[in-house]
Amino acid sequence: MPAPPIDFHHLAHLARLSLTHEEQERIAAQLGDILAYMETLKELDVDAIEPTAHAVPLVNVTRPDEVRPSLDHAEALWNAPAQANGLFLVPRIIE
Amino acid sequence: MLNRLTIAALAECLSRREASSREATLACLNEVRRRDPVLHAFISLDAEDALAQAEAADALRAQGAAQTEKPLLGVPIAVKDVIAVRGQPLTCGSRMLAGFRSPYDSTVAEKLKAAGAVLFGRLNMDEFAMGSSTENSAFGPTRNPWDLTRVPGGSSGGAAAAVAADECVAALGSDTGGSVRQPAAFCGVVGLKPTYGRVSRYGLVAYASSLDQIGPLTKDVRDAATLLEVISGPDRRDSTSVPHPVPHYAAALRDDLAGVRIGFAREYLADGLHPDVRRAIEAAAQVLQGLGAELREISLPHTKYAIAAYYLIASAEASANLARYDGVRYGARVEGASPIEMYGATRGAGFGAEVKRRIMLGTYALSSGYYEAYYLRAQKVRTLIRQDFLRAFEQVDSILTPVAPTPAFKLGEKCDDPLAMYLADIFTLSCNLAGICGLSVPCGFTADPCLPLGLQLLGKPFGEEAILRVAHAYEQATPWHGEKPPRPNLARDGSLPRAPTGQGIRVTNRGQ
Repeated sequence: MPAPPIDFHHLAHLARLSLTHEEQERIAAQLGDILAYMETLKELDVDAIEPTAHAVPLVNVTRPDEVRPSLDHAEALWNAPAQANGLFLVPRIIE
Repeated sequence: MLNRLTIAALAECLSRREASSREATLACLNEVRRRDPVLHAFISLDAEDALAQAEAADALRAQGAAQTEKPLLGVPIAVKDVIAVRGQPLTCGSRMLAGFRSPYDSTVAEKLKAAGAVLFGRLNMDEFAMGSSTENSAFGPTRNPWDLTRVPGGSSGGAAAAVAADECVAALGSDTGGSVRQPAAFCGVVGLKPTYGRVSRYGLVAYASSLDQIGPLTKDVRDAATLLEVISGPDRRDSTSVPHPVPHYAAALRDDLAGVRIGFAREYLADGLHPDVRRAIEAAAQVLQGLGAELREISLPHTKYAIAAYYLIASAEASANLARYDGVRYGARVEGASPIEMYGATRGAGFGAEVKRRIMLGTYALSSGYYEAYYLRAQKVRTLIRQDFLRAFEQVDSILTPVAPTPAFKLGEKCDDPLAMYLADIFTLSCNLAGICGLSVPCGFTADPCLPLGLQLLGKPFGEEAILRVAHAYEQATPWHGEKPPRPNLARDGSLPRAPTGQGIRVTNRGQ
């Protein structure tokens, strides 16, 4: 069973992933094979089945709302690609 | 040869003051120096820091610290490069995080430190734990110590190779679809994936959050029990960790299996199984019966759908989790005229081929118009797979299966065929989807070449004691766990052996 065609450019944009032309061709072909394999799931009737997002039956786990120590400001910036004045530096967002 | 000891044997040796932690740590560092230029199990290693930790452990012991309070005092343990240890690098095998240094400890690192362990070295892995061969590491593959032309398995391939080659006493890996158990089988060591929620994931870099668990790779089953006890327990920083009490796992180990019911699933002995794997599993079943276990045939009818369900769910979760690598707060950055351009360029340059493939697959499975057909359907199939297991566990205490359909395959053999690589994970994935526990224990060797094989024992949710008991009894009744891979000799001039072919680059210690 063939999988539906993929709008590859749209998908790469959603994933915020710049791909070379060669990568696009290769990944698109591989995804085609992989999605064709995924069609096996359609053999099963799952209409009446509840989805499992999570295998452990825990719901609404809360903890006391207390102020506790957290990551030090300088340590939070240890791995910043660019920083200034104790802040992360990013490209201009507003003209 | 302190590096060759188990945790239990080394701890005894240390508590009797027959050796120091400094000596044990040096023995590991020397073994790394001898073997790792070829094996490449470690991405990075800070020898000075390791020895400082060992000396601190020796000082604590001199002050009277008790083994009972610090069961790992002075024991050198290495960690997969996906688990945060404060001050140490954390690359996840990715160019994206090549210079990253952890600003905090994961919960498991805190627990290991509190137990007195020497946490040294960063073990190689498939990039962001996506892979089954450790060939997807941006820093070059790890080799299997039993056969240098073969993969060690993955994604915790560095951890399995390092334990098998006695470069460390034990290691921690992570298992999302078999990433602890499969490399343990390929390298002839013990690997345990705890029940989802048993071990805190705080400080474990996320791949697929509903499937990830941290687990030990060790030289025998007793050590796996010891490490599991240390790292388990609820954690307020991981709301999916479960508040069940932590048993004294080593106390559950027995030499006989009287009254234990072990399931045998026909679906797991299907076509495509390597004949030596089939023979080893059938022989193991006989050994278990001889120890007093009762074998029962069970059925897990949805087994064949596990691969499709797993790769949709795991990729969907990965595509969301890996959105954080955008070049803003940490990791690599490739500049762009706008933030959007920067994100795309950074991610395009920072991620390797398999990670890109899974991000694209996951994005597709979650995208508008396809969500119900793929992601939601996979989650429903996940329910059926979980029900299969819960039903089987009404009749049996654990389930015996192979870990992988074949022994370790050749480096490069499956690199160009991602689907073939996925299909080989058939026996390990269901355990993560169902949220149950599983372990791999050595169960023999292939005839020619001589490659280790593993058997898998699957257990109920929070049934680790039952599978540890079966694995321990089996291990004590068989010789396999005592076998060691060949150790390279130094050349006459003292120079180190070299890899048969080209190998990956090495990352230096801190903050490059």
